[in-house]
Amino acid sequence: MAKWGMVIDLDKCTACQACVVACQAENNVPISNPETAKAGRSIHWLEMIPFVDDEYPHVRMRLLPRPCMHCENPPCIKVCPVGATQISSEGIVGQINARCIGCRYCTTACPYTVKYFNWFKPEWPKGMERYLNPDVTVRYNGVVEKCTFCHHRLQKARDLAQYEHRELGPDDYIPACVQTCPAEAMYFGDLGNPKSTVSILSQSKRAFLLMEDLGTHPKVIYLSEGV
Amino acid sequence: MDLKKAFEHDEKTLLKPILESNRNYYITVCLLSLVVAWGFFAYFHQLRNGLGVTGLNRPVYWGFYITNFVFFIGISHAGTLISAILRIAQAEWRRAITRSAEVITVMVIFFGVASILMDLGRPDRIMNIIKFGRFESPLLWDVTSITIYLTASTVYLFLPLIPDIALMRDKANKRKWLYTVLALGWTGTPRQFHRLETAISVMAILVIPVAVSVHTVVSFVFAMTIQPMWHSAIFGPYFVVGAIYSGIAALIIAMALIRWVYHLEDYLKDIHFNNLGTLLFVMTLLWSYFTFSEYLTTFYGAEPSHMQVFWAKFNGEFRFEFWGMILCCLVIPGIFLSNRKLRTIKGCVFASAAITIGMWLERFIIVVPTLANPRLPYDRGVYHPSWVELSLLAGCFAFFILLYVLFTKFFPIVSIWEIQEGRKHAVAEVAGRVRSYLPDAYNIKNDVDVETKTFTNAETFIGNT
Repeated sequence: MAKWGMVIDLDKCTACQACVVACQAENNVPISNPETAKAGRSIHWLEMIPFVDDEYPHVRMRLLPRPCMHCENPPCIKVCPVGATQISSEGIVGQINARCIGCRYCTTACPYTVKYFNWFKPEWPKGMERYLNPDVTVRYNGVVEKCTFCHHRLQKARDLAQYEHRELGPDDYIPACVQTCPAEAMYFGDLGNPKSTVSILSQSKRAFLLMEDLGTHPKVIYLSEGV
Repeated sequence: MDLKKAFEHDEKTLLKPILESNRNYYITVCLLSLVVAWGFFAYFHQLRNGLGVTGLNRPVYWGFYITNFVFFIGISHAGTLISAILRIAQAEWRRAITRSAEVITVMVIFFGVASILMDLGRPDRIMNIIKFGRFESPLLWDVTSITIYLTASTVYLFLPLIPDIALMRDKANKRKWLYTVLALGWTGTPRQFHRLETAISVMAILVIPVAVSVHTVVSFVFAMTIQPMWHSAIFGPYFVVGAIYSGIAALIIAMALIRWVYHLEDYLKDIHFNNLGTLLFVMTLLWSYFTFSEYLTTFYGAEPSHMQVFWAKFNGEFRFEFWGMILCCLVIPGIFLSNRKLRTIKGCVFASAAITIGMWLERFIIVVPTLANPRLPYDRGVYHPSWVELSLLAGCFAFFILLYVLFTKFFPIVSIWEIQEGRKHAVAEVAGRVRSYLPDAYNIKNDVDVETKTFTNAETFIGNT
């Protein structure tokens, strides 16, 4: 059984945010506007978070692309009263939008704050709704949504492999953000396979996890910059 | 003392609010109904457009509604718990106040539950809680214990009502069918009284662990997460203490209003307010002790993510709410309740009003600052409640008061039979009890004269303190 994970090399990342845009387009995430952003209601399954070290003389700004961490021990699924957020046997933390009652307990329990809520019925600029991705459900008013590692792509890749009578290859399934990254700073693959790129990179001396001390065991691994 | 005359006086005075209604009553009901209607309008607006009409955002996913939920469930501890403890402790001064306390519990729980429903993004899917319910989630613990609490409190309110309902069936000449059905064929035989009293004692004992569990699991909703200043082992008892604290305050306000509106000065006396005020002062000290422990441990440990929340409360964006809470829950009650001269009815009501406001702020101060200060450095949306949230808060309060007012118009708000029983048996019982505490040798023998004298002295004594 695969254990899907991601490695993000911060040395290579140029913070161009192409991954953010690719994610919005791939997953039918409604487009934000200044008003929504000001109200703190934009949805970004993948978001750039700024870390500012503002103490002289080490003044510095860092940007960190943040998808869902897909924790092995996710605090969000424990608290869901209806089992609308679950971890799959391959380690992907998903959200069942059709079951979610919108209590937002998971959004408050997530220490990374990666879950988003649909405050209104999602809307697109006129004409844009014709370009939605048919593989991903458009969410409704009042439910929670989150990064799924583009698991619809996994389903598609698996179907294709089965049709062609072959095993699922290492490059068959990658999320939209990884595919888009122009700097090739993002890697995706099976962390359970010791020979996979992500597996080898995860053992690098530069590897670190976001808030590792919380014991959530994230499957998104960062490689630190400037080392 | 002429017992029969006293009984007649009790019945006449205590049934008067049910039999007669003046203009002020109708005006009050109309005003309250208007506020309730406005609340409904606000809710339908939210239902149609989504939770976006509130001031909530990311990361402040929970705001007014969850604050109200914790607050209302806290207020509900007034009744059942206090009444049960007073009954078990055989506190004789309880007789006039238990009913008004129990009604608060039953009525206010509905608004705790309603607050949760208001907070749901998809209230239409509420049945999923039963269809897909997972007991691993603290929300399911809440659903379970609140359901049990509501059931038990309703039974506990209804049982001591039966003899009074039967009285109304016999004496009042309105709504006879309703009272006949609810009286369950009560005729007042000694056997029935014996059974009723057994049932009440059983319920009084049963309801205490349920009440404690309710507020404990409400706190667990927060404490079970790993968020800064929520993940705290003190939360269970802290919330229970806070609940009883705000509950007693609500009870004192309700009693003062009943006494004032229905002219029940003879029944809800200064001594009742004094005793409850003393109890409230004990709770003030307990609450302050818990608050102090909670904040000192956080401060001394000084973990950065916790300190972020800590400073947001102490001198950051939530400083007004935080220091307002300290003023309302510690300073004002501390001054007014510790001093016998200030612990008058007015003083108690003033302190209680402050505590009610302060405890609402306390719930807010627990829910929002933690969410507003997530661990990662995101853009923080500032939380300001919208008109919808304010309207629903007002609507809940008005609806609760309306239900309470209507209750007093259907059932006696001071238990008639318990007062009568007190006149008939309790005086002798208490004298006997006191005698049983004393050394057996040279004890005063049963003597009616002595008994009456003891009682008279006791009454003067209590009256003078």
